[in-house]
Amino acid sequence: MKAVLACLLCAAAVLSCRAAPAAEVSVAVAANFTAPMQKIAAEFERDTGHKVRLAFGATGKFYAQISNGAPFELFLAADDTTPAKLEQEGVAVAGSRFTYAIGRLVLWSAQPGVVDDRGEVLKRGAFAHLAVANPKTAPYGAAAMAVLRKLGVADALAPKLVTGENIAQTHQFVASGNAELGFLALSQVWVDGRLTGGSAWQVPAELHAPLRQDAVILAAGRDKPAARALADYLRGAKAAAIIKSYGYGL
Amino acid sequence: MMSAVDFGAIRLTLELAAVTTAILLVIGTPVAWWLARTRSAFKGAVGAVVALPLVLPPTVIGFYLLVTMGPHGPIGELTQALGIGLLPFSFAGLVVGSVFYSLPFVVQPLQQAFEAIGERPLEVAATLRAGALDTFFSVVLPLARPGFVTAAVLGFAHTVGEFGVVLMIGGNIPDKTRVVSVQIYDHVEALEYAEAHWLSAGMVVFSFLVLLLLNRRKRGSAR
Repeated sequence: MKAVLACLLCAAAVLSCRAAPAAEVSVAVAANFTAPMQKIAAEFERDTGHKVRLAFGATGKFYAQISNGAPFELFLAADDTTPAKLEQEGVAVAGSRFTYAIGRLVLWSAQPGVVDDRGEVLKRGAFAHLAVANPKTAPYGAAAMAVLRKLGVADALAPKLVTGENIAQTHQFVASGNAELGFLALSQVWVDGRLTGGSAWQVPAELHAPLRQDAVILAAGRDKPAARALADYLRGAKAAAIIKSYGYGL
Repeated sequence: MMSAVDFGAIRLTLELAAVTTAILLVIGTPVAWWLARTRSAFKGAVGAVVALPLVLPPTVIGFYLLVTMGPHGPIGELTQALGIGLLPFSFAGLVVGSVFYSLPFVVQPLQQAFEAIGERPLEVAATLRAGALDTFFSVVLPLARPGFVTAAVLGFAHTVGEFGVVLMIGGNIPDKTRVVSVQIYDHVEALEYAEAHWLSAGMVVFSFLVLLLLNRRKRGSAR
């Protein structure tokens, strides 16, 4: 009788343990981090039983939405200034900010042999369209413009620029071949330590301000253990391996 | 206040809408005439294709246009073979996209106007020995005039209000593909709310005036 009772108690304890922490966390993710975040979220769901809801987009747009009350609990930005601004404005939890990845800029063409590994193609200018993300709202776009200025080709190439609304649309312009080449996030064309195709120049980091990508817990996630758990998970070894495999620095 | 870039976007938008409307009236008239008169089994299918842009999300239209007009798409291969080059990121590309996107707004009012004329005036014209072209220009066109006005106004206004298609195939180039709706989006994204307000309010006033004008005309012709 005692044994049966103990068994029942055990079962109840196990059940309640499994049931209690399962919660949902909704995350706003910078478009360049789409692929790694989908992998990390899947691992996180498997390991913790929490459910992750991901929204992808331009960091500037998320800023506007979050400051107007969008119900995201965690924000993975494409820069470090936007999360800092949200923290100053009291929309993000103070002290919860951390760098989850350092972005790498790449000049990429869907065709092999178009982009050389020193970016000389920019100086020759023998192409019709160069795609960049909107420098006003997308950090990778701002970094691309800094590179063009540093190389002294910004004015010469200005008439050839086409602007994607965010880095994902910029990738679409180049991948569809409508723009011969474009500045993208390395993570978009890089899996497991090599290019997914085409030709590329990995832009040296000293040509632009570092693309430090910060995450922050938002006001809506203040009292949500699942949001904090995911933030911790992002800093763990499993996430680090995935982040690195897409070409990000840490 | 509005900047030179804003005014450039307004001028470009009006140019795009004017060119698109002109092309649509030329293409739309025979299509609408055929739809109004035919007993063909294809009538339903053609009518449905014309109406597709009413129900498809602009992103679907924009995405397919980007792919088909790209270097590996059928339209892209054709334009390259003809020496025109590629259409995305160009004013011509926006015109092609807008013509497709605003097609139902021109064809459907015309079709209704043609159907409303009925058989009788055409038969009378035939007994007076008017040829087909003569009948069309001296009987059908005057009778369908209100339909043409409605079609032109709706086609123009709908092109002015276009956003998703332009965003997908335009590439946001100042004075070439950056129309007002995209410029507003840019302002909002960059948190330049004052500038966004100027253009947005302008769009609201413009759209209201267009619809007011249409309603006035409708009441006028009903009387």
